[in-house]
Amino acid sequence: MSIATQIIDRHGGADHGHKSYLEDGSGLRSWIFTLDHKRIGIMYLASAMAAFLLGGLLAMIIRIELLTPGPTIISADRYNQAFTLHGAIMIFLFIIPVIPAALGNFFLPLQLGAKDVAFPRLNLASYWIYVIGAIFAVVSMVMGSVDTGWTFYTPYSVDSNTAVIPMVTGAFILGFSSIFTGVNFVVTIHKMRPAGMGWFSMPLFLWALYATSIVQILATPVLGITLLLLAVERLVGIGIFDPLMGGDPVLFQHFFWFYSHPAVYIMILPAMGIISEVIACFSRKNIFGYRFVALSSIGIAVIGFLVWGHHMFVSGQSELAGTIFSALTFLVAIPSAIKVFNWIATMYRGSIELKTPMIYALMFLFLFSIGGLTGVYLGALALNVHVHDTYFVVAHFHYVIVGGTVIAFIGGLHYWWPKMSGRMYPERLAQVVALMIFVGFNWTFFPQFILGTQGMPRRYYNYLPEFAPLHQFSSAGAFVMGAGFGLMIAYFIWSWLRGPRAPQNPWGATTLEWTTSSPPIMHNFHKTPMVSGGAYHYSVHPSEATVRR
Amino acid sequence: MDAAAGPFLPSQASTLAPAVDAVHYFVLGISIFFFLLIVGLMLTFVIRYRRRRAEATTPDLTHNHALEIFWSVTPLLILAAIFTMGFNAYMAGRVAPDGALEVYVTGRQWSWSFSYPREGIVSPGELVVPVGRPVKLVMASEDVIHSFFVPAFRVKQDVLPNRYTTLWFEATMEGEFVIFCTEYCGTSHSDMIGTVIVKSEEEYRAWVESGGVGDISQLSMAEYGALLFRQNACNACHAVDGTRLVGPPLNGIFGHRQPLTGGDAVTVDEEYLRESIVNPNAKVVDGYSASMPAFPHLKPEQVGALIEYIKSLEQ
Amino acid sequence: MSQPLATISGRPAPPLAHHFESMKQQHDSAVLGMWVFLLTEILLFSGLFVGYAVYRALHPEVFQAASQLLDWRMGMLNTFVLLTSSLTMALAVRAAQLGRHRQLALLLASTLALAGVFLVVKYFEYSHKLHRGIAPGFWFSPHGAEAAGLADLPYARNFFSIYFVMTALHGIHVLIGMAAIGWLLARARRQDFGGEYYYPVECVGLYWHLVDLVWIYLFPLLYLID
Ligand code: HEA
Ligand code: HEA
Ligand code: HEC
Ligand code: CUA
Ligand SMILES: [Cu+2]
Repeated sequence: MSIATQIIDRHGGADHGHKSYLEDGSGLRSWIFTLDHKRIGIMYLASAMAAFLLGGLLAMIIRIELLTPGPTIISADRYNQAFTLHGAIMIFLFIIPVIPAALGNFFLPLQLGAKDVAFPRLNLASYWIYVIGAIFAVVSMVMGSVDTGWTFYTPYSVDSNTAVIPMVTGAFILGFSSIFTGVNFVVTIHKMRPAGMGWFSMPLFLWALYATSIVQILATPVLGITLLLLAVERLVGIGIFDPLMGGDPVLFQHFFWFYSHPAVYIMILPAMGIISEVIACFSRKNIFGYRFVALSSIGIAVIGFLVWGHHMFVSGQSELAGTIFSALTFLVAIPSAIKVFNWIATMYRGSIELKTPMIYALMFLFLFSIGGLTGVYLGALALNVHVHDTYFVVAHFHYVIVGGTVIAFIGGLHYWWPKMSGRMYPERLAQVVALMIFVGFNWTFFPQFILGTQGMPRRYYNYLPEFAPLHQFSSAGAFVMGAGFGLMIAYFIWSWLRGPRAPQNPWGATTLEWTTSSPPIMHNFHKTPMVSGGAYHYSVHPSEATVRR
Repeated sequence: MDAAAGPFLPSQASTLAPAVDAVHYFVLGISIFFFLLIVGLMLTFVIRYRRRRAEATTPDLTHNHALEIFWSVTPLLILAAIFTMGFNAYMAGRVAPDGALEVYVTGRQWSWSFSYPREGIVSPGELVVPVGRPVKLVMASEDVIHSFFVPAFRVKQDVLPNRYTTLWFEATMEGEFVIFCTEYCGTSHSDMIGTVIVKSEEEYRAWVESGGVGDISQLSMAEYGALLFRQNACNACHAVDGTRLVGPPLNGIFGHRQPLTGGDAVTVDEEYLRESIVNPNAKVVDGYSASMPAFPHLKPEQVGALIEYIKSLEQ
Repeated sequence: MSQPLATISGRPAPPLAHHFESMKQQHDSAVLGMWVFLLTEILLFSGLFVGYAVYRALHPEVFQAASQLLDWRMGMLNTFVLLTSSLTMALAVRAAQLGRHRQLALLLASTLALAGVFLVVKYFEYSHKLHRGIAPGFWFSPHGAEAAGLADLPYARNFFSIYFVMTALHGIHVLIGMAAIGWLLARARRQDFGGEYYYPVECVGLYWHLVDLVWIYLFPLLYLID
């Protein structure tokens, strides 16, 4: 079937109206030119997972190199390139797009009961722009990898004789992809909610995506102009960031973190949305404090714009600035705390079933609490001075990013997998793997908090011998975690090809995506779903509840 | 060196350290409390309310404003307390007391150097200070951004190429403490390590009197060379065990033929070594870049000591 | 985002895309999308404006002195040209809505022509400076009578670097706008617009007003420092 007929055909012809989106059209062209949000979501998913494997491979190289002080398997320059690429690939190619652009793309229209996002072509463009950006990043690896750290601090990034420009161009292009996704989601949520679905009856995942999109739209252009100026600085020497030309290198840091702090909320907000869905579903209970959970997403998005300076407490910014940024940093922790407490309250008097998605949600609560509380630790001025740029920071952000976002993403992937693929994953194996990842993760990163408070700086190829035992311990854990991820990918591939067929609604969930077939048909719903009341219908009036108290 | 003297935090070797550590334990305690609270409630609910019957129903508990306010305001108050403690300890570390000993610090890829303006001393790699006296560092970089970090003192400050930044501390303990560079600055960032040597007031005065050399009368020329080799951070770029770093390894080169870029070769003798140190880019070893800085402040006898040290290194 | 009409295969499709309920919903979505996109454009430029503000605050006298070398008459002329083009564009949107095909084509063509005039004036300004060695970054080596004082003005290079980056980025936006208007013109001649369907013209119009607006800020900030 040609693309053109897909667009023209408003209601789907009788012959193909009931095929699933996976069977509706085959061959390469039907994928690479598809305007269907579900197929675009799947393409994003596959690409982001490829980036995760590449980034993970680099992480393993890092951990092997750190088994001994001094050279182990690679040279200092190679090591510096390894962590730079690890960070840049994981951030720009994996974690930023993975939840919004893969799961979000797939489920935003489904949860709205809509046929597609508002701008399907823009959606497709966003995917291919992502691919072009990724190609630049990979080309930069071939052309003598970047060694600046993912933060590209000037003046080092102006002096470095590695392929900074291709990498920066790649990140610039990826920014457009991110912006287009954000624009698309905002308009879709504003204009395509079905009659009967008010703002406060949307599923919380949509609130999370909405808040994320706002951050993407407002922050990403600033990264764009920053990287553009960096590239021009290298090419022409305009003297904005380069002190040799009269520029100010610290200005670069302000610009960079003005994007990159909000970017950490681009990573965590959609993850929090998934957690809200999963906890409600597997506790079979309506979410507690719906409005607080929904509005705290907006709170995080807004306050998140005002705290970038907490990455720069020792950069030479004034004491006054440091003090204000520290205070605001503490403020941004409040909405996260509100969410955590409401999730716990949702479990109270629920009927809790420990299926894999729920296990990941519990892991999220455990790991994100540690990550968030150590963020608070980092926000305290005097403590930040001691642990800034040490492994404490490395541990903090792996706890929030891997322990928070990646874990929530994997939980969401298990939750929605039956809908996306039409097949079930192996439940028992998945639970064992979840345990492996959990143990391996803590094993890898918990020791790094101790390394950090002892004073072990980050981005260190060589280190003092007294740090060796903890580093070795950490590396061992990385293998357990890596093996866990490897097994998970293997069973997902198996399930996609051979897994048992999934029913329409395996978890008894009440949001709209579960009212269509698994996998959904091309235009999502056989007939436009009717909406009334809130998104969650798990609970009954307290007097009728039969769960054992 | 005792970067990791404590099980968790390094030893407290400055007047600032106790205040910082107090904040540390305060935040740690609060974190453990909230962590246990959350995980405890979570596990309790998972066990207590596990699904027993497939068709079990649950009560619709939608919200409770009192609760929401309680769990927003309580953390807010606690966070305000943490902020205040962190702020106070931080400000104490920012404003140097009057009359502090001033030392200029220069960071470059990849070594530290310390100049004592009143004493007229330049000390590469080693910051020598008296115990119990405030010291103020005025810092700048010759190239990219570095960061001066002494874990045992709980102080850290970025060192910038286009302006001075300052930092102060007062050591409370004699001994040697490691200085790390904690802003990524290229290839040998992790080898940009220096030492703070805290001496008693008398020893410090003796050191100043000796022109910052300390007592070298006991040392052989090669031993003195080894000291200079470390002080000048030659070891940031040269291994002495045959490993290739930024520069070539220096063990066992004496007397050997060394291939140069451009196809020539030289036999390594005293004069070649002298030239390599004083005017490093005159002859560049094959396979390396001409990235070694000159060391103009080295006196002839110090160059001699370095040469003797290099000669003493076995293959 | 604003062109879901022609399909990828190039065939014209009916104006209402399959996933919208009504023309109004489609129109409103496109216009909202454009507004949101313009927000990102504003933030893109605001990065540069912040850079400008920082260096002007640091070296006010340099900015004042260097600014004298920009020809405010040329800048004024361009301001006038762009403002007029905004007017023709606004009228074009109206014409599209009313389905006046000939008038629409004429107005779009004049907008395009005015944009061209803007670029020609810019070209003369640029080449005038480059000939005197007033170029961004490494190439900055002022010579000749007019530029004589600049060589001794320590941060003059930074001022002109900022000038070139800002106006070049703006110029690129003008070019993109011209491409979009050209595309509208082609479609206007096919008589695509009218009635409920004119949001492509409206969206490009919004974009064009933004390009104009950015210039309205650039002009006094760069040319008129006293
Ligand atoms: C997903 C990404 C993510 C998230 C969500 C966060 C969340 C937070 N981060 Fe983190 N952070 C990063 C990713 C993230 N961070 C990265 C990548 C870096 C380093 C970048 C680099 O340098 O390379 C970094 C670095 C970083 C620094 C700078 C460190 C340094 O370099 O010196 C600071 C300092 O303030 C900080 C603070 C915080 C705070 C206060 C939060 C808060 O939002 C956390 C809020 C959550 C909670 C508080 C936990 C849940 C609540 C409870 C358990 C209830 C009880 C709570 C209280 C009583 C407070 N982060
Ligand atoms: C999304 C973000 C993300 C993710 C998911 C990760 C995942 C991991 N990270 Fe990463 N990390 C960053 C973002 C991320 N990191 C950033 C931003 C930095 C800072 C960079 C900088 O300083 O510039 C950093 C820095 C960083 C460092 C510090 C380097 C230094 O400062 O010198 C270390 C060290 O341990 C590390 C380790 C790991 C490990 C072990 C994982 C693991 O979780 C990875 C596990 C995944 C796999 C292993 C792949 C999948 C599995 C297979 C392919 C099966 C085969 C596997 C085996 C055979 C084992 N990371
Ligand atoms: C920034 C890195 C760096 C530092 C610091 C450094 N060197 Fe070098 N050194 C090099 C490089 C690179 C070469 C090889 C290129 C050349 O010959 O100039 C080299 C070459 C040499 C050689 C010649 C070696 C041979 O195999 O022929 C000697 C001798 C030497 N260095 C001694 C020293 C001494 C002594 C010091 C400290 C006082 C020192 N270097 C500090 C980078 C460095
Ligand atoms: Cu100097 Cu890192
Ligand atoms: Cu941050």
